[in-house]
Amino acid sequence: MKIAISAEGNNIEARVDARFGRCEYFAIMSEDKEQWEFISNPGVSAGGGAGIHTAQELVNRKVECVLTGRVGPNAMAVLQAAGIKVYTGASGTVREAFEQYKNGLLTLSTTANASPHEGTGKGRK
Amino acid sequence: MFIAVASGKGGTGKTTIATSLALAIKEKYKVQYIDCDVEEPNGHIFLKPEFTYKESVTVQIPQINLSRCIFCGRCAEICAFHALVVLPGNVLSFVELCHSCGGCMHFCPEKAISPAEQEIGWIEGGLADGIEFIQGRLKIGVAVSPPLIQAVKNKRLSGAAVIADVSPGTSCPVIKAVEGADFCILVTESTPFGLHDLELAFGMIQKLKVPGGVVINRSDGKDEDAERFCKEKGIPLLMKFPFSRDIAVNYAKGLPLLAIKPQWKEKLIALWEKCERMGRN
Repeated sequence: MKIAISAEGNNIEARVDARFGRCEYFAIMSEDKEQWEFISNPGVSAGGGAGIHTAQELVNRKVECVLTGRVGPNAMAVLQAAGIKVYTGASGTVREAFEQYKNGLLTLSTTANASPHEGTGKGRK
Repeated sequence: MFIAVASGKGGTGKTTIATSLALAIKEKYKVQYIDCDVEEPNGHIFLKPEFTYKESVTVQIPQINLSRCIFCGRCAEICAFHALVVLPGNVLSFVELCHSCGGCMHFCPEKAISPAEQEIGWIEGGLADGIEFIQGRLKIGVAVSPPLIQAVKNKRLSGAAVIADVSPGTSCPVIKAVEGADFCILVTESTPFGLHDLELAFGMIQKLKVPGGVVINRSDGKDEDAERFCKEKGIPLLMKFPFSRDIAVNYAKGLPLLAIKPQWKEKLIALWEKCERMGRN
């Protein structure tokens, strides 16, 4: 199973990016290989529909589970339709978020917990 | 002659100037007023047209034939607005993001996408005391208004003095309304916010290559910053309208400027003629 974590940087000590659609990177763990891969999120530069674009990218990469902070309605619709499990409320570093997931501390979500465009221009560093 | 009334900042008095300009010149010219502020058209409140026709405006959105689709993902890949998502065995469309470019239909290798008509709003029109009046009204929930604004503009009468009221800002709906105008009046006010947005609006008309000039509305006599801006940029300062509480009170009751200050009729005619001289054609 492939698990994607929204991240501010491209290493496992990077902080989890609370924004799904506009996060800078995804840390992807392939559980069968026990190996991390880091990808830039193409949705970060989208004019509109960032969450949709980001979700499409994860679908294309055959991701089955997402750990993140907040997900908007369009992104959630895509993730749900694709059968991708979404765990929200992840925090700390990528490594810590993965631990939280393994210990069952994250919430499985099926509805959006962010409003449209929430990730735009906010929380940028 | 097609003159657009824009501003950048909202609430500077676009509709006040546009409606009263129409009323002032209607004896001298055949006037058509087109309200391109389709998200909240309000010129009708002041001109009180008798609406005699209404037509629906539609755009084309993609309709996916899943039995032909091979889920290759080409449509989602080329959609600049991310209105389509291709999943294994399904295609999701977010029609509110679609800009009706037709790219998905063009590039689909299986010809599995066909156009479907979707209503985005209406055009309504009629006569307002001798003025040909037209407005667009965007359907609630629709996010993409430029096709409706274009439909309103397509109703322009040739040979008429056409006055367009435009929405505030400098984004797509404003650009769509102002592009192709013979002249653009930029209505501003003497506040830092007014000046800031005037600069943006001026940059926009320069890019569109539409000649323009500035009207300072609600002037309190201290307009140095706006005046300096006009001088620096070489943009004509067309006219000033002084602040008057009387206008504000009566405007709130739905009275046009000209009904409150009939003595300004000649001033408004002079404004139109100035624009006409400086405009294209």
